[in-house]
Amino acid sequence: MSIADQAAGHAGRNALVFAALGDPTRLGIVTRLGARGPLSTMSLTSATRLSRQAIAKHLRALEDADLVHGKRGGRDKVWELRTERLEDVGAYLAQISAQWDQALGRLRDFVELEQP
Amino acid sequence: MSDRIEKKVHLRAPLERVWQAIADSSQFGVWFGVVFDGPFVAGTRLVGRITPTQVDPEVAAMQKPHEGKTFTFIVDRVEPMRTIVFRWHPYAVDPDVDYDSEPMTLVTFDLAEVADGVLLTISESGFDAIPLSRRAEAFTANDGGWTKQAELIKKYLVGTSAS
Repeated sequence: MSIADQAAGHAGRNALVFAALGDPTRLGIVTRLGARGPLSTMSLTSATRLSRQAIAKHLRALEDADLVHGKRGGRDKVWELRTERLEDVGAYLAQISAQWDQALGRLRDFVELEQP
Repeated sequence: MSDRIEKKVHLRAPLERVWQAIADSSQFGVWFGVVFDGPFVAGTRLVGRITPTQVDPEVAAMQKPHEGKTFTFIVDRVEPMRTIVFRWHPYAVDPDVDYDSEPMTLVTFDLAEVADGVLLTISESGFDAIPLSRRAEAFTANDGGWTKQAELIKKYLVGTSAS
């Protein structure tokens, strides 16, 4: 099942961001867009050893996950990182992380202060 | 992308005490805020029912709205005094969602005896398989305001630029 199929299986923007980022090429594209700002398909391709077609396919997967946004810019598409998706992911892990901090604080009180 | 949470905590209590607090399902329930329908035995599937924690009144108040909500909890591995591994559904708090059809995360408790107590390491991994919608819910359910978002994304981008 492709990323696109998975995205279609969920309503609207409920795509699998982590799955989209689970591929090293796609992660590389996201990192480059994050570091350099919007880039064309051509310049993203030239930074790799992959074909333009292969990069375009990865970009579509990232677009399906709402991680990038493509705009027509002359003959080539220009791709921009959609940071809000990454923020959601980071916030989710921060939420789980905060819950663990709380739970471990309670465990500490339990083992250090109370007798079984 | 980090798909894993890891926490280390130094507990000033004997190894036996810490192990019991984690591996005895009723003791685990006291601090975590849950009641299980059986003991932690490797290979078993338990049902946990959210019950406000008895340790912290403030947290108990936060858990109160979720009271009675049940979740599936699978015990993968038990190595006495050392390791216990579970699988569960992270942040499974929406009563209208059937989380059982979704992937679970893997939670490991590792205990190591140190000079004046126990070094406990917990890790949770497997978030890459959790649907984004679920993650977004967990994030909006928190009313704390995520002022650190910009830092998180920066950290994320710095952390992955090596690849």
